[in-house]
Amino acid sequence: MKIITYSTYVMVWLGLLALTALSVTGAGIAPGALAALLPLLIAAIKALLVLAFFMHLKYEGWAIKIMLGGTVVTLAIIIGFTFIDTSFR
Amino acid sequence: MVIKDYTGAKIGMWLFLFTEIILFGGMFLLYSVYRSTHPHEFHEAAEGLNVITGIINTIVLLTSSLTMAVSISATQKGHKKISIIFLTLTILLGLAFLTNKYFEWGYKFRHGIYPDSPGLLKEGSGEVLFYGLYFVMTGLHGLHVLAGVLLLSIMLPPVINGKINSMAYVKLENSGLYWHLVDIIWIFIFPLFYLIT
Repeated sequence: MKIITYSTYVMVWLGLLALTALSVTGAGIAPGALAALLPLLIAAIKALLVLAFFMHLKYEGWAIKIMLGGTVVTLAIIIGFTFIDTSFR
Repeated sequence: MVIKDYTGAKIGMWLFLFTEIILFGGMFLLYSVYRSTHPHEFHEAAEGLNVITGIINTIVLLTSSLTMAVSISATQKGHKKISIIFLTLTILLGLAFLTNKYFEWGYKFRHGIYPDSPGLLKEGSGEVLFYGLYFVMTGLHGLHVLAGVLLLSIMLPPVINGKINSMAYVKLENSGLYWHLVDIIWIFIFPLFYLIT
């Protein structure tokens, strides 16, 4: 059982704050399509940090990781396939 | 760990979290389709939201995830006082988030923007959709924050009296998992509603 150190948590938190700042400034100064995409990409990275460290996922077995992956893939299919429909109406 | 089925309990919580991901995912689906059909109106409507409030709320929740994680590590290490302090901080930060939301929504209501308001219906359907999604998604998320605050408050007495300790902490860990997920949901809500201007 891995006990994560306080300092690791603080480092992750600082990283999250930095990514938030990046997201806000990026949304303001990036051109067109990037301004829409960048904050979302950064959000995904922030979510991965929270999942890996705060939620301990980096140190869990493969079972939970695979189940989480399956959930995310399911959601991606739900959204993706909807767009295959709505994009061509 | 020593309790009956630590791994089973943890997997059980993760299964619940997966249902939450699909729940909010469905609303993100609505958002993405309606934004793709009303890109300009969403961009305009988002101007009505206060980015600073959004940033403050983001910082509040990110910090609450830190305090939650520290509280759990502290329990695992047997640092009871630190665990109690940081669990309390997490609860207070959750309440701060809700207080912020209260003022943010109140401001919108006073300016005539709420679901089905005449002022809102006067605007185009794109704006109606944006604010409909805004109130439902931040509303449901806010309810989850409230539930989390209650859950963490319920965890406080056993941490204080030692029922939750370094040999039996899965209840606290699972509460933490729930709290972090609520944080992750906000991590996505924030750019989609506040940063599309």
